[in-house]
Amino acid sequence: MTTTTRRLDVNRRSGWRSWLGPFFTSDIGMKWMMALTGIGLVAYVLVHMIGNMKIYLGAEDLDHYAEALRTLLYPIVPETGVLWMFRFGLLAMFIIHMWSAIVLALRNRRARGKIRYTAKRQYLAANYANRTMLWGGVIIFLFLVYHIADLTLGLTNPDFVAGEVYNNVITSFQIWWVALIYIVAQIALAFHIYHGAWSVFQSLGLSNPRYDEWRRWLAVVFALALLIGNSSIPIAVQFGLLQVSG
Amino acid sequence: MDVTLRVWRQPDSASEGGFVTYEANGVSADASFFEMLDMVNEELNDRGEEPIAFDSDCREGICGTCGVMIDGHPHGPQRGTATCQLHMRKFKDGDTIVIEPWRAEAFTVVRDLVVDRSPFDKIIQAGGYISVNVGAAPDAHDTLVPRPAAEASMDAASCIGCAACVAACPNGAANLFTAAKIAHLGLLPQGQPERYLRTVAMVETMEDYFGSCRNYGECETACPKSISIDVIAWMNRDYVAAQWKNFRKQGQQV
Repeated sequence: MTTTTRRLDVNRRSGWRSWLGPFFTSDIGMKWMMALTGIGLVAYVLVHMIGNMKIYLGAEDLDHYAEALRTLLYPIVPETGVLWMFRFGLLAMFIIHMWSAIVLALRNRRARGKIRYTAKRQYLAANYANRTMLWGGVIIFLFLVYHIADLTLGLTNPDFVAGEVYNNVITSFQIWWVALIYIVAQIALAFHIYHGAWSVFQSLGLSNPRYDEWRRWLAVVFALALLIGNSSIPIAVQFGLLQVSG
Repeated sequence: MDVTLRVWRQPDSASEGGFVTYEANGVSADASFFEMLDMVNEELNDRGEEPIAFDSDCREGICGTCGVMIDGHPHGPQRGTATCQLHMRKFKDGDTIVIEPWRAEAFTVVRDLVVDRSPFDKIIQAGGYISVNVGAAPDAHDTLVPRPAAEASMDAASCIGCAACVAACPNGAANLFTAAKIAHLGLLPQGQPERYLRTVAMVETMEDYFGSCRNYGECETACPKSISIDVIAWMNRDYVAAQWKNFRKQGQQV
């Protein structure tokens, strides 16, 4: 009996037998790309959060930090040169991360078939975090668009003044629904990282019984640190602990 | 005990299927799940109706022939056993039990609860073997196998190919099956000569039919042999190594 299943169009490999071609079009290769870009993005998010903590030191510290980022390695590279390098790097990682997620999601939908189980599936291992990776990712993406419009470009922030990072953040977060958007996005990010930070070891084949137990803890601590650190800012602004300066 | 069954009935792969409700009355709690189905089939037979078709062979959990979705659990609610090792004492009197075939795009329903799992054969044909000269049995100490490798390989080799991993996976992925087969051979000295060609061939064949792994871990809980998803991590690692080694060896291939 022959099977009716055919290879997905998107799954069709070219005859080009280099290492990169077949590897990065395979599901496993795409998971590798997703894992590697995920590590890069999460490292950025962590550095970003640590930088954000400068807000508790006052306007001068935060604005100076922002200026320092623009003039990083200034005399050696042009002003904002390093900043743009990071931006392009992040953009590339985002595109690869989302591209592989979308391609794999389409393949998976197809592979799962049209007829679903009638009895409610009794999941034993799958949890909320890993079943919502795709939609969590969409929420994070939409948030990022808003976040850049809000605090980088100042499009949605009427009181935006370029360079006055501290005041821009606080005038934005004083609106309750803006604060809420930021907190909701941080919760989505925490769920995403809760699964992602654990999953990375599996996708890259780095799991090992010697430290497998710690992978879960690493993911929990990482997700919680980002959630608490980043959400603390809109919460502090809402409670009036951080005020517009000068 | 009395139970109500909602069973997927489908005359052949071309026809539409649907659920039919049957009553199984006076079932012994010590009966196995398939003995209960056998009793229902006897009654259907007596009434001149077509019995429920389901796969089963050894009925002791070692052949991998059986497997149905029971109330949303592959192989039923009991962990680490195939459907044939499930007993009616796991259910309560008066329960309604929903019985469905494995669902995945690659598996077509042949009849009722029987699915065509030949994509698994395709994966095995791609490289799930070792090439040896047949002849007299080699001496047992001819090829030394490190103890940890033997143990890990044996854990992977316990896969019976029942396809519960695919049935359990929300992505319809066969990574646990393929990884178990790759690890089973790739961990042993006998599997080394063809290791990297095997890994690539089996993974690529798998991807022709099945979805990708999202690290849910559902397959591990559904597996009647409780094979760990660690073998999937091993396959992910070996696949990268294989692509690299094969690339390096390109000029040497005949």
